[in-house]
Amino acid sequence: MTPVPDTAPASAQDSPDDVLAVRNLEVAVGGRKLVEDVDFTIRAGERVGLIGESGSGKSLTALSIMGLLPEDLRTTGSVRLAGVDHDLVGADETRMSRVRGKEIAMVFQEPMTALNPTMRVGRQIAEVLLIHRTRPDRASARAAAVELLAQVGLPDPEAAAHAYPHQFSGGQRQRVVLAIALANDPALLVCDEPTTALDVTVQARVLDLIVRGVEDRRSAMLFITHDLAVVATVCERVMVMYGGRVVESGPVREVFTRPRHRYTQGLIGASDLSVVDDRGRLITIGGSVPPAGHFPAGCVFRNRCDSASESCATRPDWRPTGPDSGYACFHPVPENGAHRTGVPMNQEAGRA
Amino acid sequence: MSALDTETAVKSAVPAGRRRRRPMTGGLLVGGLIVSVVLGMALLSFVWTPHAPTLVNPSARLETPSLEYWFGTDKFGRDVFSQILMGSRTTLFVGFVAVGVAALVGVPLGIVAGMGSRWLGELLMRGNDLLLAFPALLLAIMFAAVYGASTLVAMVAIGIASIPNFARLIRGGTLQVMKTEYVIAARAAGRGPFAIGLRHVLPNVSSLVIVQASVGFAIAVLAEAALSFLGFGTPPPTPSWGRMLQESQEMLSSAPRLAVFPGIAIAVAVLGFNLLGDGLRDRFDPKLEDRR
Amino acid sequence: MPDQSTSAKLAPGAGTDPVDAISVRDVTRDYRRPRTSLRHPSPPVHALRGVSFAVPQGQRFGIVGESGCGKSTLLRILAGLDRPTSGSVAIDGRDITGLRERQLRFVRERLQLVFQDPMSSLDPRMRVGDIVGEPLVAQGHPNRRERVAELLEAVGLPTDVADRYPHQFSGGQRQRISIARALAPRPKIIVADEPVSALDVSVRAQVLNLIADLVDELSLTLVFVSHDLSVVRHVCDRVAVMHDGQIVETGPTEQVYEEPQHPYTRRLIAAVPTLGKALSGVSAADLNREYRP
Repeated sequence: MTPVPDTAPASAQDSPDDVLAVRNLEVAVGGRKLVEDVDFTIRAGERVGLIGESGSGKSLTALSIMGLLPEDLRTTGSVRLAGVDHDLVGADETRMSRVRGKEIAMVFQEPMTALNPTMRVGRQIAEVLLIHRTRPDRASARAAAVELLAQVGLPDPEAAAHAYPHQFSGGQRQRVVLAIALANDPALLVCDEPTTALDVTVQARVLDLIVRGVEDRRSAMLFITHDLAVVATVCERVMVMYGGRVVESGPVREVFTRPRHRYTQGLIGASDLSVVDDRGRLITIGGSVPPAGHFPAGCVFRNRCDSASESCATRPDWRPTGPDSGYACFHPVPENGAHRTGVPMNQEAGRA
Repeated sequence: MSALDTETAVKSAVPAGRRRRRPMTGGLLVGGLIVSVVLGMALLSFVWTPHAPTLVNPSARLETPSLEYWFGTDKFGRDVFSQILMGSRTTLFVGFVAVGVAALVGVPLGIVAGMGSRWLGELLMRGNDLLLAFPALLLAIMFAAVYGASTLVAMVAIGIASIPNFARLIRGGTLQVMKTEYVIAARAAGRGPFAIGLRHVLPNVSSLVIVQASVGFAIAVLAEAALSFLGFGTPPPTPSWGRMLQESQEMLSSAPRLAVFPGIAIAVAVLGFNLLGDGLRDRFDPKLEDRR
Repeated sequence: MPDQSTSAKLAPGAGTDPVDAISVRDVTRDYRRPRTSLRHPSPPVHALRGVSFAVPQGQRFGIVGESGCGKSTLLRILAGLDRPTSGSVAIDGRDITGLRERQLRFVRERLQLVFQDPMSSLDPRMRVGDIVGEPLVAQGHPNRRERVAELLEAVGLPTDVADRYPHQFSGGQRQRISIARALAPRPKIIVADEPVSALDVSVRAQVLNLIADLVDELSLTLVFVSHDLSVVRHVCDRVAVMHDGQIVETGPTEQVYEEPQHPYTRRLIAAVPTLGKALSGVSAADLNREYRP
């Protein structure tokens, strides 16, 4: 997450190891910016988390990388992928379809809607291989499909290949989706809340499979979720999004133990249910998350922040603290200061 | 969260007050316009028609359209334009009666079938299917044979025949509403089935009722025309577009315009109600609306 | 604060009587599946298989389990919205199994529900004031407007929200509305079904604090259902772990969490990712390890 001069062509300064380079990504609808100035790089084999609450723009960011946003949303900026000679922003459907499922693959939250209910899963996997001509013929594609189903730990892969999606449980379906996503050894795997709809024990299984899947292929991963603990378990690096902007980023350990942005600090405090104040109450962030596109101008967090001052009405600049880390806050948490137990944020504020 | 995230994001980006409204579609606009014209014609006919619509004038038979007689006159010398104006009243009356009967019986029936035990629901719906299998026009003709031909009788028959359409649709909607947590909450709060039906189910299926009503309106208008054409509908001398069509058939070769004007009126009115119904459905369909 | 006249009448000896708020004895619930064969009826689904537990007055009782474990069925039976196939359920010492809707009135006043999804648990066509006041209508409460204002204030919402519709609120605010509605009839027992799992992290803690405060202030008995052990650990004194229609383990929350006895409980606790675990080096593979037999 290095700030890049606006006009610099992305490829000029990116190292050859970079798989994904996103520059000044912006998503807007009707003049309202839903995602703004998102700027990051993912290198080969790197697992990066994107954390955010509802309305933060995290899913829109993922979808705009995949080129899957609805037409009424306008995307600007640049998304470059290693091995693809055109920008993904503004690329037409034909070109994108050559990239999707091959160079980038995606795992969605709802495995049921991501699979075709009328097709046997073996065929659905084989199809991805045949479309991108990764396998020469049907027979070898079929064999590869069974092999992939075995890799995602389905007990009887031969039988599984013959089954329809509705014959699987939610967790098994998500494994089938993962098998499809990994079929062509993508350079980048994008996961959008892949385990949110799953039970805890099933989630553990699927997370394990995802991590092993990308490690085996040395694929890069962008993992989107609202769950801090999941990101901390799965990723090496994390970006925190709020109000359509990345407000802080850095290595997982650093961001989660020494957060600098006040929002990150509050989020960590609020999600830690083992820490209570002397009255036995959990640490909270006041107010509620505004709907997308209705965040305050200047610092997006200032209407919920205890440290906010007048200066926060202007937009805070990105302050880099390392090659991939930094934050955008006028009143950051002091460097040596508050650890996770943190400064208690304000109590209950039921603003409507 | 994610799949819905984009949708919520897009929705919430629209200013809060306008969030639920969707832009008027072309069909809704045109449909609404046509329906209001028919309504306006009916209202106008109470205060003004160029000529008395039922006035027989032997000296002005089969006149071609002119400044005096805008759409010409029929074989009795009655002004066609005045009859069309007057006929719009019959058309609306027909729609209201038929849809009123169908909705008044069909909606409660659907709600009861959806809220009651599965056994009761199935029983009501099978009865419903039986009625659905009975041709509406045949029922109307039977009614006319028993009670004599009149607009009201014909339309009550058409209304009865349309009950199943309402009942079936509303039962489906009711079953969906009954599964929601706000209904479970209301039950847990001790509200009886009557209150739940009235306060939760009815408001939440009302959009279905509106849509079905406008479609039913079009069906009724068409049915009235057909019945009058067959001689089982509106008896003379009350002007009705259907009967005008029927009366014109003997002169079809000499004065085709006598068929053209009421024909166009029927076609346009039916189109209007259908467009309105489709437009309203697109706008209110709970499936399209919030599964947010 | 509670309406003395009604509560005294309905629960003889409430307060001093050591009778349990909820007592469930050997409850089973079977569902029939629709026939798929002409020759044999489909085998029934056993949603609950011999569930027994008791919740003393004023306790915060957690039920933990994954989807399909039977917790939703259990909740519906507790609330008198469904009947057990066998076994009995008593609320404040009164058996509710086999009672007719009319005789369940005391349950409707003593026990209220809070649901998971703040979107679908509020009628989109009703104003907030009417939603919160609905249980009062059912009771024939004389001063509805005042009581609604009082309730909205209790859950931290300005009283002028009464005239607005649910879609104008965020998830956390809707859950507050939902809680206000549950409190309206002055219940003594609140049954909350995953009340915070659909909420954003930054508002989840607010709602948990609110529930804890209200339970304290109004000395309520709380039954809190969740798939998330860490939430239950914070909220509840005692927990029952459900699996496959049965309670596999029950005990004080801290004890169950620290020394889980049943293999399923161990698996469940091991599989929950936490920030602390992750930062001390627990990987996805480690979370999954316990899972494999």
